[in-house]
Amino acid sequence: MGSLENAKFIAGGTDVMVQIRQKKIAPAHLISLRNIKGFATIETGDGLQIGGGVTHSDIVASGFIQKQYPALTDAAGKVGSRQIRNVATVSGNICNAAPSADTACPLLVLDADVRVAGPRGERRVPLDDFFLGAGRVDLAPGELVTGFRLPPFGQNTGSAYIKHTRRQAMDLPMVGIAVRVTIRIDGSEIGCRDAFCTIDTISNILRRLEEEQLRCEEVRIAMGVVAPRPVRARKAEAALRGKVISEALFEEIAEIAAAEAEPRDSIRGEAWYRREMVKVLTKRALLISVDRVLRPDDRIHPDRLW
Amino acid sequence: MKREITFKLNNEERTVEVDPSWTLLYVLREVLELTGTKEGCGYGECGACTVMIDGLSVNSCLYPILEAEGRTVTTIEGLRAASGELHPLQQAFVDGGAVQCGFCTAGMIMSAKALLDEKEKPTEEEIKEGIAGNLCRCTGYVQIVDAIKTVAGRGRT
Repeated sequence: MGSLENAKFIAGGTDVMVQIRQKKIAPAHLISLRNIKGFATIETGDGLQIGGGVTHSDIVASGFIQKQYPALTDAAGKVGSRQIRNVATVSGNICNAAPSADTACPLLVLDADVRVAGPRGERRVPLDDFFLGAGRVDLAPGELVTGFRLPPFGQNTGSAYIKHTRRQAMDLPMVGIAVRVTIRIDGSEIGCRDAFCTIDTISNILRRLEEEQLRCEEVRIAMGVVAPRPVRARKAEAALRGKVISEALFEEIAEIAAAEAEPRDSIRGEAWYRREMVKVLTKRALLISVDRVLRPDDRIHPDRLW
Repeated sequence: MKREITFKLNNEERTVEVDPSWTLLYVLREVLELTGTKEGCGYGECGACTVMIDGLSVNSCLYPILEAEGRTVTTIEGLRAASGELHPLQQAFVDGGAVQCGFCTAGMIMSAKALLDEKEKPTEEEIKEGIAGNLCRCTGYVQIVDAIKTVAGRGRT
């Protein structure tokens, strides 16, 4: 690519082709990544390696990801349509770096590293450092993303992503929230695995978890469409880390996350509304993540509008 | 600078001379004159241009033609049996009044075909999810979903 003037890499092409048609970019050459051998593989030893050519449909089809990294499955299944997901790659979603990129928040909470290759060799960048701003990422000319590496999280970790939209399909999020939690219970096994299998109120469910002294050992919270780039809610994470789960604590975390959000007014939603929804969705994503720790083999986790 | 590419189109090897800037949709309609596949939005939003590539539904308006080299492409024209009989999905759309202006129909049927190939008997929710990338401005979708339901579970289509 060094010798080609004005060239652009193209993977699924669902962003590149649209940008060309909209005359936002006018590359003289397109360099296809579609036929690179082994580029579209998902490897599951020692965490997760996602190749640069892996599509959203590939992610959705992976039972391993659904179980170990469910926040990513949540997001990949909600991007565009089948037709888009069949060709659009996760690496493309990240490189395009839209503030609304659905896979960005899950990959942030799942501590993804970005693998970059270029004329000067290979390097790894934590995803949080890879985003520079709206539509801008840490890629030099001639460099490309060859994939992502996610660490293993072991037992008692759950994650979730909630995409808040006006319609059920073919929409961008007005807010997106991803959460990962690792739960610890001192000494013994978790006894309240069926805590969510009830029509009881969420307040009562959380009270049971609190009585069992369920502790949030590690946590990540990431927010989409509340800033020019997807961001971590670091203060909210710090306030939750190491604490025993309770309704009051979740309320507090939600308020802190909303205070960290800096949304703007746009056609998809007003800033005040987005901020309110950050509160609601942070609590919901925390709940789903905890539920997934308690019932890791269950695929059905009904939305509780709490 | 034109180039020659070869791909399998509706069970037939085709070699076409193409400009690298063309999309698969352009080649289908303007070069090969298979006008069943429609161009709606041109941005991958409406699904009117849906075809199948190697068994997966794809928006042909966003698919660079050079990427089709060596692949298997199926369009709405490829669904009809050699005897001329309509594909069960096509027949169900006709019988069920799932076609009004007809502009979305080819793409809608290709999405339905891809769905039924993947899952023989999808639920109503799965059908709706399967055609979520196909806009219809006439029917309100009810007849379309019903037509797909009548074919679902009848065996491999």
